[in-house]
Amino acid sequence: MKKLLLATAATALTVGAAAAEDIKLGIALGFTGALESLAPPMEAGAKMAIEEVNESGLLLDGSTVSTVNADTTCTDAAAATTAVERIVTAEGVKGIVGGMCSGETIATLEKVALPNGIVMISPSATSPALSTIEDNDLFFRTSPSDARQGEVMANILMDRGIQTVAVTYTNNDYGKGLADSFQAAYEAAGGTVTVNSAHDDDKADYSAEVGALAAAGGDALVIAGYVDKGGSGILRGALDTGAFDTFVFPDGMVSNALTDRFASEIEGSFGQNPAAEGEGRDKYIAMAEDAGFDGSEAFSAEAYDAAALILLSMAASGSSDPATYKGSIMDVANEPGEKILPGELGKALEIINGGGDVDYVGATAVELVGAGESAGVYREIEFKDGAMEVVGYR
Amino acid sequence: MDILNALVAFLNFVFIPAASYGAQLALGALGVTLIYGILRFSNFAHGDTMAFGTAIVIILTWGLQGLGVNLGPLPTALLALPLGIALTALLVLGTDRVVYRFYRVNKSAPIIMVMASVGVMFVMNGLTRLLIGVDDQIFTDGARFVIDVRSFRDWSGLDEGLALRTTQVLTLVVAVLVVWALFRFLNRTKSGKAMRAYSDNEDLALLSGIEPERVVRITWIIAAALMVIAGTLYGLDKSFGPFNYFQMLLPIFASAIVGGLGNPVGAIAGGFLVAFSEVAVTYPWRKIVGYLAPDWQPDGLLQLLSTEYKFAVSFMILIAVLLFRPTGLFRGKSV
Repeated sequence: MKKLLLATAATALTVGAAAAEDIKLGIALGFTGALESLAPPMEAGAKMAIEEVNESGLLLDGSTVSTVNADTTCTDAAAATTAVERIVTAEGVKGIVGGMCSGETIATLEKVALPNGIVMISPSATSPALSTIEDNDLFFRTSPSDARQGEVMANILMDRGIQTVAVTYTNNDYGKGLADSFQAAYEAAGGTVTVNSAHDDDKADYSAEVGALAAAGGDALVIAGYVDKGGSGILRGALDTGAFDTFVFPDGMVSNALTDRFASEIEGSFGQNPAAEGEGRDKYIAMAEDAGFDGSEAFSAEAYDAAALILLSMAASGSSDPATYKGSIMDVANEPGEKILPGELGKALEIINGGGDVDYVGATAVELVGAGESAGVYREIEFKDGAMEVVGYR
Repeated sequence: MDILNALVAFLNFVFIPAASYGAQLALGALGVTLIYGILRFSNFAHGDTMAFGTAIVIILTWGLQGLGVNLGPLPTALLALPLGIALTALLVLGTDRVVYRFYRVNKSAPIIMVMASVGVMFVMNGLTRLLIGVDDQIFTDGARFVIDVRSFRDWSGLDEGLALRTTQVLTLVVAVLVVWALFRFLNRTKSGKAMRAYSDNEDLALLSGIEPERVVRITWIIAAALMVIAGTLYGLDKSFGPFNYFQMLLPIFASAIVGGLGNPVGAIAGGFLVAFSEVAVTYPWRKIVGYLAPDWQPDGLLQLLSTEYKFAVSFMILIAVLLFRPTGLFRGKSV
């Protein structure tokens, strides 16, 4: 027994110093389901970061990184758990970019990542519940908590002079968290929420829900839902019955799919989603264009940053073992150190290998605060002349 | 003015949606009741067969749109209906030949037929998904509105708007035509009378020379027509999702049972009763009450049940009817 223990300890010691290996990273996104139109640009973003690191050949003595996808379906926590369980236990991934939606992310974090000690960096799970969850320092996110989005949305509405709104949210952790944090912030700022009611996804008919919202009234309707699911159904119903003229779209709704389906009918409506401005973002969008996808889609840049953070942290801690590199993530993401923009991952690895410090800025001006979540910059969008326009950042 | 506003709000949010939904339920319930009356079992595959028929209609509609055929302001899907009905009828006749006939010949208990139909339901659902995929499809084309909110407001000068969609009018008109044709068929033609005789007393019908297999075939064809029409109207008016029709099964059965299983008039009345109850119980009446009684402004929304509990309404009606009047409002067969 003693010998076995010694042998195990000896192996464990040598792992850190092991020569080039093939590191597997999981990409756990909702490739099918409520946000499926957002998943491909996110996957492309994460893969672009990995590609960049592979090309540099500087990660952990020339280790290569490959990816394994898991379909988390966004809404079905049981299916997500099964899929992530598979990539962790069968494929042996060393870290996960994902999950995508809050409920599914909470489930996979608690049931798979925690017991197996795998680091998860979610690009898009924004529920306030994830800020306080017991995560053993394994969970991070490159998107901000919805507690922050609620405040931003309340400020936008107040600045536009809208004093009463009706709120409908998709009946899950994301929707409820966002709707509640918004209501609290909006009422604190002096606004009135006439009704705050849930809608279920996957229904053919939302006329009853729209009727209820219309009866409660308000100057605008906040739809905290999903663009590929009930959110569009509610919007369609509200437009058809003339229940509301102005709509407010949080991040689950802001996508090009919304423009394609409704642009001409929602003139003057507005919304916000997490997306930083600045050099990093411009650079990322240009890189994405060269790679053949739309980098301005929601959460694509966050996915790039999530993958980059995992890989740089591995380099900084000198190990692909999640238990070791999880401690480096905050150091890599925050000051001090050389600022790193998208496309400079090779340079970052050089600095790290040379013993230097980096401050990963990335495509979304990453600054991890609190329990490891992005501080958050939101872009405010508005529909003008049938197109979605960015009108500012806050 | 306030009374007019209240009336318009009532029409816009309660009456029009409930009426078109009721017509869709009534057509579905007619099919269920017909199968129950003549084939003597509750067809659980009804919803998913509706989905399958609608999927065929959608594919045919795409074909027609590809050829540049359209009906002007009306949805192109109407043109695709007859062929869709024919194909679905072939499928249900095939199902009857392969599955149900065996049990009918062996005079199996109705519950066995019901269980067989549950199996058929899963197969139909799988077929639908194979055929058209799992995504929602929107296949409505033509003019969207007969009356739209903005022009109604401009025209009337009222605060409340009124929207009347083409598909809602279409649903009601088609439902009336179909019901009229069905009743004419059942009451005036020889085949219709044979069906009714078979439904009333199978043995007596056999003695008077009615060919049972022919009656069964006609029943399936009519049921298929009702299913495809109801499914297509529902898909046009709302949206088509392969899983949505399964969810319609409960309100459809509630409608058929409330009216009295096996009684066509009951199925229609039941459809509208269930639809109006669902909408009226989950609609917040505050706004309308506010127009009618401006002095009394309650804090609550005057909503009996939140909209998530819409299905509970069907269940409540079902339980109430089964407890107090098991044969339904129009004296159908007891369940």
